[in-house]
Amino acid sequence: MIKKIFFIVLIYFLSLNNAFTIEPDIFVQSTVNRASKILGENLSKEEKIEKLKIIAKETVDIKGIGFYTLGSKRKELNNDMKEKYSKLFEQYFLKSFSSRLAEYTNPEIDVIGKEALNKNYTIVNSILKGTSERPEVKIDWRIYTKNQENPLIRDLIIEGLSLARTQKEEFKSILDTNNGDINVLFETLKKFSNN
Amino acid sequence: MIKKFAIIVITTLALTLNVSAGTDGELLLKKNEPSEIKDCSEKFNRGVFALNQGLDKVLFKPISGIYKSLPSPIKSGVSNSLDNLSNLVTIPNNILQGDFKTAGVNTGRFLINTTFGILGLFDAADHMGFSEYEKEDYGQSLAKAGVGPGCYIVLPVLGPSTVRDTAGSLVNFVGGDPWYSATVINNNHYFEDSDYYYSRATQGIDFRAKNYDAIENLEKNSLDFYASVKSLYLQDRQQKILNTKKITNTQNDSDWEEVDN
Repeated sequence: MIKKIFFIVLIYFLSLNNAFTIEPDIFVQSTVNRASKILGENLSKEEKIEKLKIIAKETVDIKGIGFYTLGSKRKELNNDMKEKYSKLFEQYFLKSFSSRLAEYTNPEIDVIGKEALNKNYTIVNSILKGTSERPEVKIDWRIYTKNQENPLIRDLIIEGLSLARTQKEEFKSILDTNNGDINVLFETLKKFSNN
Repeated sequence: MIKKFAIIVITTLALTLNVSAGTDGELLLKKNEPSEIKDCSEKFNRGVFALNQGLDKVLFKPISGIYKSLPSPIKSGVSNSLDNLSNLVTIPNNILQGDFKTAGVNTGRFLINTTFGILGLFDAADHMGFSEYEKEDYGQSLAKAGVGPGCYIVLPVLGPSTVRDTAGSLVNFVGGDPWYSATVINNNHYFEDSDYYYSRATQGIDFRAKNYDAIENLEKNSLDFYASVKSLYLQDRQQKILNTKKITNTQNDSDWEEVDN
């Protein structure tokens, strides 16, 4: 009898755990569908940008990308500076990300596969369908799956080119040309967000 | 006894070759890692980059804007015939890289597209089920032979490159590109010098038109456009050398793991 109860409880908890797990490919497809719906709506560009920012806040690990982008410089910052950087990076990222996306009207993206790299990361493969204006584009998504109930986007890889990596090298270039002065990077981020 | 000996020899050879292939792959990855490639004359490169941006604004962007508005069949016809011509450089490089099978496939593709595809306007080989076409050049062959990229450089008009890739391009002018040889080097009744230069200019415009929005978008949203272009170029070269579009083959995941620590 005790054995039976034990198994029922075990199965209950296992199914409870599975019920909240979100598969990375389903997460990407639903995120893409939400964004496509907004881009296809009859809204002004500014309205679209505001709505896309909300989706980005919910589905992208902005803080994680920010620290990745900063590279080894992150280790030199104290907690206050890290906090300041995270705030500035979020403003910069949301503006850059949403205004890049807002240029597209009704993009059709199909998720075609996924590859789990380890327990923290899964690469989801998708295709942006071609139009008469542009060819078909392969887009891979690096999904952070440490918390399986709340997967988050960490990188977009377009035709094999990583946006996070490009951004990281861009930030490194700004730091290198200014003797590693983090305040110059802060100012650059602020200026971009305020423009 | 002889059979057993043969199996041992074949297994040993196969294992040795696999180990070598793995090591070569890692070496290639490391040598062509974008963050490791030095920008030896950055000031000069930024100057040339600014010049190229100026040229783009007054020349390439307006022309590619007009080209972009042409009907799709015209654009794909032009693009197909340029791809077909590029086979003349890809095939010798397939051979140089020891990829004889792909050299054969690309030779078949070139013959079919030049004849049935009416001088390459139609990609008839694609309809016949040929595998996806991947361009190869002398820069890639040099990289496969173990030559490092050298410094990053920006060439006037032609744009981003490395010392190795520029040296590779020079091979085209000394017999490495049969199209250049037929048009510019050899005087014959069939082709003019201008045929080569027109085809090269059209190639540039076709590329600019295909990436019109992406380039605009990148420029508008970059904090340092020069650094973005450099990074994208070097990432692209790395994956072309490794013949892969899989990010896991070209990027070290430890950078991402570090973020969580």
